[in-house]
Amino acid sequence: MWRWASLVLLLLFAPLAQAAPLGLGRAPTAAELEAWDIDVRPDGKGLPKGRGTAREGEALYQERCASCHGEFGEGINRWPELAGGEGSLTGDRPLRTIGSYWPYVSTVFDFLRHAMPFGNAQSLVPDEIYAVTAYLLGLNDVLKDEDFELNERTLPSIRLPNEAGFFDDDREVAEAAFWNRPVCMVACTAEVRITGRAAVLDVTPDTKSAPRIE
Amino acid sequence: MSPRLSRRLMLGAGGAAAVRPVAAEDDVIPEWSRTLGEGVDQHPYGKPSIHEKAVIRRDVGWLTASPQSSVNFTPLHALDGIITPNGLCFERHHGGMADIDPARHRLMIHGMVERPVVLTMAELKRLPRVNRIYFLECAANSGMEWRGAQLNGVQFTHGMIHNVMYTGVTLRTLLDAAGVKPGAAWMLAEGADAAGMDRSIPLGKALDDCMVAFAQNGEALRPEQGYPLRLVVPGWQGNMWVKWLRRLKIGDAPWHTREETSKYTDLLADGRARRFTWVMDAKSVITAPSPQAPVVGHGPLVISGIAWSGRGTISRVDVSLDGGRNWREARLDGPVLPLSMTRFYVDTEWHGQEMLLQSRAHDSTGYVQPTKAELRKIRGLNSIYHNNGIQTWLIRPNGESENVEVG
Ligand code: HEC
Repeated sequence: MWRWASLVLLLLFAPLAQAAPLGLGRAPTAAELEAWDIDVRPDGKGLPKGRGTAREGEALYQERCASCHGEFGEGINRWPELAGGEGSLTGDRPLRTIGSYWPYVSTVFDFLRHAMPFGNAQSLVPDEIYAVTAYLLGLNDVLKDEDFELNERTLPSIRLPNEAGFFDDDREVAEAAFWNRPVCMVACTAEVRITGRAAVLDVTPDTKSAPRIE
Repeated sequence: MSPRLSRRLMLGAGGAAAVRPVAAEDDVIPEWSRTLGEGVDQHPYGKPSIHEKAVIRRDVGWLTASPQSSVNFTPLHALDGIITPNGLCFERHHGGMADIDPARHRLMIHGMVERPVVLTMAELKRLPRVNRIYFLECAANSGMEWRGAQLNGVQFTHGMIHNVMYTGVTLRTLLDAAGVKPGAAWMLAEGADAAGMDRSIPLGKALDDCMVAFAQNGEALRPEQGYPLRLVVPGWQGNMWVKWLRRLKIGDAPWHTREETSKYTDLLADGRARRFTWVMDAKSVITAPSPQAPVVGHGPLVISGIAWSGRGTISRVDVSLDGGRNWREARLDGPVLPLSMTRFYVDTEWHGQEMLLQSRAHDSTGYVQPTKAELRKIRGLNSIYHNNGIQTWLIRPNGESENVEVG
């Protein structure tokens, strides 16, 4: 009889011990997961069910995005550009946009779902995000068909032009010369000349061409 | 002692002054020596002296379109030691500064774990905690200087850094308890602010030395630093230290979020870009004298600066007074800790000679801080991030200083 009692006790306590090794906290609720678990990966993991086309996204974009990002994604004043810049990455003023620079479409979806429109974040429903993403892909000449349906299955299949433009941090190899090098302490250079001055270059604070930090 | 001061002291000693000194013409016994000061509780939360009112964070208006998606800079020229005061730690927001009620804040840990969990702030504070001093540097610090000397002040060229002591719980404690599943390799950290900042972090780093912090320098995190909870990713770029932290998700592949693709990738001259450049390379800068902190007089001069490395401990700093022609070893003073700012000094004399001040950091991995020219040769001019090149300040005969480059 005592054996049965201890087995019952074991069954009672085993799941408890497993659920809370910290002795604290609780499991996430379904509502919390639905609201918070909103990240999306390039392989499509995390994409919600939904659909939209560029044609459907146009009105939303012009109404809720264009005031900052411009009618064509060109960026009003210093608000970010969302299109253009093809071929500019090796130039003097590279323009990094979805079409010219970004590697994955999933990033657009993930970012809009988290942060846009600026000032009213996390307000777009999945169909709206699919539609406005399709519209942005149109502005960037990635999607040519205005009626192409972007959804959780088609989105991961669309590739961006610069996907192959990235490689993992290689500083320890490419910059190996910065390690363990002989360090000169005396008479290291022949003559020292001033080659640039902040007072001369001091940037005019209102121009769009000034470098940005992001 | 100044001649004026010593004359007065001599007069006093001779008993010649029988009348009480008058405040307006006599600073031997100034008013604060004769009248009572404010009582306790005038300032339940104390502030610096009114005479330090210029020592504040400052921004550069043209950098960004809106103050909610912007940055300001730590006034490094006016600080000393290695700890940044909480109110002076630079701010960088992508959706403004969230104002969070700690009673309603939650941290969720889920994804590839055996036991997904949601913890309140009160619960987090019941777990074993640690204290660690770390620098946090934005990867874009000095980013405006890639094309040449541009901003005239160390606050603006190098002020996207701070160094504070964090109190919190290690991710090792939290993730061990949640039970990471086999095959997991990455962690997504996400903020509760209106930017919902999300970043992928390799699980190895998370388990090695990351923590969730609820305090900085002994008091609760400041709202602008992520109150009530932020991620601490020692030695790695500041953008990963997600503020207002609400969620950690374990997965088997990186997410390639906007902050690790569109931003925080380093575009090289050939048009290709490095990604996942998390570690901050060894770097140093002389904080005074510098354009905002001119030399004030002939005679003794303290050259003061900071050095740090995301790879380890600062092992040595060299300083040049002549633009890199000759170098001397600086004196490291105060705690020299891994992944923390280290303070260095050169105690010297100045007699009005023009100087070109530079500093060069070495770290425990053998890395030696490169010149800007050496960096540009490898990385071109478009990389924005990770500019850890040697900075030069010109000191003119009148003591004023300017941001310059030398060749
Ligand atoms: C009030 C101005 C404003 C509005 C309206 C707005 N945005 Fe933005 N957008 C911004 C700002 C500011 C950023 C940069 C945010 C940051 O600091 O991270 C941004 C960033 C972006 C980016 C990333 C750009 C890059 O190169 O990394 C995309 C994509 C974007 N917005 C799309 C949209 C879409 C789609 C909408 C409409 C649903 C929208 N935005 C509405 C201001 C705005």
